[in-house]
Amino acid sequence: MRGWLRSDGRKGIRNVVAVAYLVECAHFVAREISGVDREGAHVIGFPGCYPNPYAQQMMERLCTHPNVGAVLIVSLGCESFDRFRLQQVVAATGRPVQTLVIQNTGGTRSTIAEGQAWVRAQVAALAEMPSVPMAVNELVVGTVCGGSDGTSGITGNPAAGIAFDKLVAAGATCIFEETGELIGCEDIMATRAATPELAQELRASVAKAAQYYATLGYGSFASGNADGGLTTIEEKSLGAYMKSGQSTISGLIKPGDIPPKGGLYLMDVVPDGEVRFGFPNISDNAEIVEMMASGAHCTLFVTGRGSVVGSAISPVIKIAANPHMYARLSEDMDVNAGRVLSGEAALEDVGQEIFDLVCGMASGQRSKSEALGHQEFILTYKSFEPIGPACLPA
Amino acid sequence: MEKPKLTDPRLLLLSPGDSVFVLRDQIDIGETIWVEGVAVAFPTRLGLGHKIARVAVPQGDQVIKYGASIGRASRDIAQGDHVHLHNLTSDYTPTHALNKGDA
Repeated sequence: MRGWLRSDGRKGIRNVVAVAYLVECAHFVAREISGVDREGAHVIGFPGCYPNPYAQQMMERLCTHPNVGAVLIVSLGCESFDRFRLQQVVAATGRPVQTLVIQNTGGTRSTIAEGQAWVRAQVAALAEMPSVPMAVNELVVGTVCGGSDGTSGITGNPAAGIAFDKLVAAGATCIFEETGELIGCEDIMATRAATPELAQELRASVAKAAQYYATLGYGSFASGNADGGLTTIEEKSLGAYMKSGQSTISGLIKPGDIPPKGGLYLMDVVPDGEVRFGFPNISDNAEIVEMMASGAHCTLFVTGRGSVVGSAISPVIKIAANPHMYARLSEDMDVNAGRVLSGEAALEDVGQEIFDLVCGMASGQRSKSEALGHQEFILTYKSFEPIGPACLPA
Repeated sequence: MEKPKLTDPRLLLLSPGDSVFVLRDQIDIGETIWVEGVAVAFPTRLGLGHKIARVAVPQGDQVIKYGASIGRASRDIAQGDHVHLHNLTSDYTPTHALNKGDA
């Protein structure tokens, strides 16, 4: 495995230019700029015009993600996002960074032209950057599930859990999430906490999610989940929980917190305080983005119904839980965990296959969604309090 | 010695104390299958991942899968019944599903 060494000591498994828009009004221009090299330049951004400390921190973390080698900031000019601070944070890491303010650059056409020229030069420069050896214990891997069905919890998620156990045993950092999809698992999960204090924090995070979703009136449960045989949120949760494997849970983080050392971490994605801004994560990519903000080099995505999404910046590995869906959507699926149902493979085999694929991502291999050009990205308003002292390993 | 109760190989038991089986392959319309020694006729097609009651569950009792509760029976469930939105409800938030009519 090889990676690109950054000034903070982390290594990237990709070396892309991030084109970051700071309000929806600059999104089109950013997208057109990235069009000069869709493989080398990935669009990320925040659509809102009102300031939000969470969004600011997320964008700072994403623009200094190890897979990012240079950053072009695209601002309309009058939005509230602190572009000055974002530029300073990126510059402090030694990455090339440039800000284009559309209102000062002559409008759409001239900003696109200037941006494309900068991106082209940076992609060429990054191509010359030497890579260095990288080990499994330097990897950060996230896992999400989307489009779950009754097979997710018996094939894809436990196979991802086995891959997580192998990664954690090798010293890697693994992050699982969606406390709203762990409702009903709080007691069994708490028994895996490294300390009694952390166990309390894990329970509290799920209780917060249960209350948050109860206020909103809907659980994290889509109609397609029911078509696929799932009936209740706690049933979906027990399946989703399988992604975490069997390892000791070392810590609890919130989006943008970088785990301090290897191990297994739960990400608490539900905002703190009273319910504001609507649903915590409005679709699967919001979760992938939060994994990336905490440093995930790549994300395992288990699906039963069949999702096709990928992500900007970090590759997504698509694991099909349902063999019938795999047969229909194989062009989008990296792994067929549905083989377990027909007895063609054991969970252990699929877990090893996923582990090998993760290592492959850091050895020049590309995931299906990546090769297809998927670069979804979404970031919306949230607010968090800092994590408590018992949340991180000593 | 008690004779083993016949169960269709498509029915997967995830945990010893579970009150439901999970389908590892689909059941077609009109099929009659064995559920722990009881022959059950299915009037509709059921896709893989769906649940079949392994035992009767009285209304109000917990339904167990993976060895844990996945909610409560909203009406009496008989052995061999399809267990889904019509007879199982969450103890947390209600489940929202699109009404597709007869589709």
